[in-house]
Amino acid sequence: MNTIVCLKQVPDTETLIKIAGTTIAAEGIKWVINPYDEFAVEEAIRQKEKMGAGAVTIVSLGPDRAIESIRTALAMGADNAVHINDSGFYDKADPYATAAVLAAAIKGLDFNAIFLGKQAIDDDSGQVPAMLGEMLGIPAVTQVIKFEVAADKSKATVTREIEGGHMVVEVPLPAVFSAQKGLNEPRYASLPGIMKAKKKPVDVKNAAGLGVSDGPMIVIKEMSLPPARQAGKIITGDDAKVKAAALAKALHEEVKII
Amino acid sequence: MPGTLIYAEVQKGEIKKGAFEITSKAKEFGGDVSVCIIGKGVEAIAPQLAKYGADKIYVVDGPEFENYVTETFVQALTQVAQQLQPSVILASASAQGKDLMPAVAARLKVGAVSDCVEIKKEGDKIIAKRPLYAGKAYAVVEAVGTPQVISVRPNALGFKEIAGAGAVEKAAVSIDAGKVKVAVKEVVIAASTEPDQTEAEIIVSGGRGMKGPENYKMLEDLAKLFGPTATTGASRAAVDAGWRDHAFQVGQTGKTVSPNLYIAAGISGAIQHMAGMGTSKVIVAINKDPEAPIFTKADYGVVDDLFNVIPALIEEVKKIKG
Ligand SMILES: Cc1cc2nc3c(=O)[nH]c(=O)nc-3n(C[C@H](O)[C@H](O)[C@H](O)COP(=O)(O)OP(=O)(O)OC[C@H]3O[C@@H](n4cnc5c(N)ncnc54)[C@H](O)[C@@H]3O)c2cc1C
Ligand SMILES: Nc1ncnc2c1ncn2[C@@H]1O[C@H](COP(=O)(O)O)[C@@H](O)[C@H]1O
Repeated sequence: MNTIVCLKQVPDTETLIKIAGTTIAAEGIKWVINPYDEFAVEEAIRQKEKMGAGAVTIVSLGPDRAIESIRTALAMGADNAVHINDSGFYDKADPYATAAVLAAAIKGLDFNAIFLGKQAIDDDSGQVPAMLGEMLGIPAVTQVIKFEVAADKSKATVTREIEGGHMVVEVPLPAVFSAQKGLNEPRYASLPGIMKAKKKPVDVKNAAGLGVSDGPMIVIKEMSLPPARQAGKIITGDDAKVKAAALAKALHEEVKII
Repeated sequence: MPGTLIYAEVQKGEIKKGAFEITSKAKEFGGDVSVCIIGKGVEAIAPQLAKYGADKIYVVDGPEFENYVTETFVQALTQVAQQLQPSVILASASAQGKDLMPAVAARLKVGAVSDCVEIKKEGDKIIAKRPLYAGKAYAVVEAVGTPQVISVRPNALGFKEIAGAGAVEKAAVSIDAGKVKVAVKEVVIAASTEPDQTEAEIIVSGGRGMKGPENYKMLEDLAKLFGPTATTGASRAAVDAGWRDHAFQVGQTGKTVSPNLYIAAGISGAIQHMAGMGTSKVIVAINKDPEAPIFTKADYGVVDDLFNVIPALIEEVKKIKG
């Protein structure tokens, strides 16, 4: 089973965000694999292991630094990678432009399934998977929490999360899948894995070379920090009962929510 | 004049509140407000949209729309869009909206703006404000293509009654079934009458301090007292411990919620948890550790053992609700 994983490098969730113009300040950021993309990498490797054959190809659009996350995925067990190393394109890319360049990089490759994260935790768009499916002309199934492939690789039976429950669907391959938490537990890269990853092939490309000129369709006009939440009122009292009564009163009379 | 096209989502036979929110907002902006409603047996409920500003309601009704299948709904909505040529397409950023809108946008060869918390009109264009980095920053963005495809976070706008002409019409769509590759085998939706966390107005959430799954009963009891718009939530620690299903998880890798009231019991307030509920209108923290970070963000804090506070709070709320 040959699979492709679209992987984005993002700031670690603990990162303190500072604004610089219409983007964020680069200093002090620890860069990691987008957490949802770790599920995608893990699932691709598991499918390869289950089938006992095939290759996992990582495709990532990002600047120089993205190579570290690509190597981490290779150390987990992916086989090779395409690094669209093009910061000019990347810095302005919205989900549409991103999907366009990923589609162009993927088009010539041989694959049964493409895995992505359900959302990149930097732009929080959650759009690339569906757009990629559209651009490649194959179905996209989002929010996947369980994935099984038929022995002949002709189709997958997939559970996806929906509001208030889940849905089981059957889809012919090749298709695009976006990973939701719960799909699996991503493994850590082992030491031998890290050593091997250094020698795995990474093909470097750029947007123009892939024939993509789509500019972004979304323009950021302004960035700001959220209004800081202030510490409010600590409710005091002799015991929990008194405090609970004061809290209920405040919710009823001050903010009038109950 | 090209107007706005709204996608009205139906779940369990009812139009979702989020559809009313965006419809009344679009009506405020002026211009023609058209709404497209898709489902099985939805014709009967379609007129409800008039009360919230719908001038025209396009109904796509049939057995093939009983379950949400992305391709089927994409075809229906894009066909309506191609006929109307709206300048804007709006939908709620519900789980379904998040799946549908990027696909619709890509098929119309335009970008999409997702999960906005504010939208305003500037000239002919909609300018949207949306959180990024899990709410640690906000961006004001403009979609440059036409139509502008925008999804709005449930509960972010609020809705009001604002009458529209409300003409109901069957939409002329024809689904190319050959292109629908995904077959639905099973749909499992909990029978619960509680709203989804993303749409709830009040959430009573419990973390590791809850000590075990059996204790969530009291949070459920409290939520029930608050009425049908209230539900419960959980931190990742509680979900990872297996006490609550992942569907309850609030935070960066769970749901993003903005209820009117968020009660956090036995939750420390980690940055990844705050990412999911930081935009709640009122936050209440109940924690026995006065140093818990959640107190720096909470509007009301109670430093005490939740096992004493919650039962007492239930009694107090009962008194108020009398
Ligand atoms: C990539 C990533 C993504 C993440 N995503 C999420 C996410 O989506 N959602 C999320 O919640 N977390 C997420 N986390 C985890 C997060 O960092 C915290 O570990 C988690 O939120 C802690 O949950 P908690 O507050 O319930 O537990 P703890 O931090 O252990 O806090 C428990 C609190 O309960 C209090 N307490 C204990 N007993 C009582 C009692 N009897 N009465 C009153 N108070 C009591 C304690 O004082 C303590 O403050 C993520 C982490 C990472 C790295
Ligand atoms: N620059 C990128 N390179 C590779 N994959 C990406 C990139 N941006 C987004 N993706 C993939 O698309 C998913 C959803 O991203 P988004 O739509 O931006 O929230 C991510 O989890 C990745 O799998």
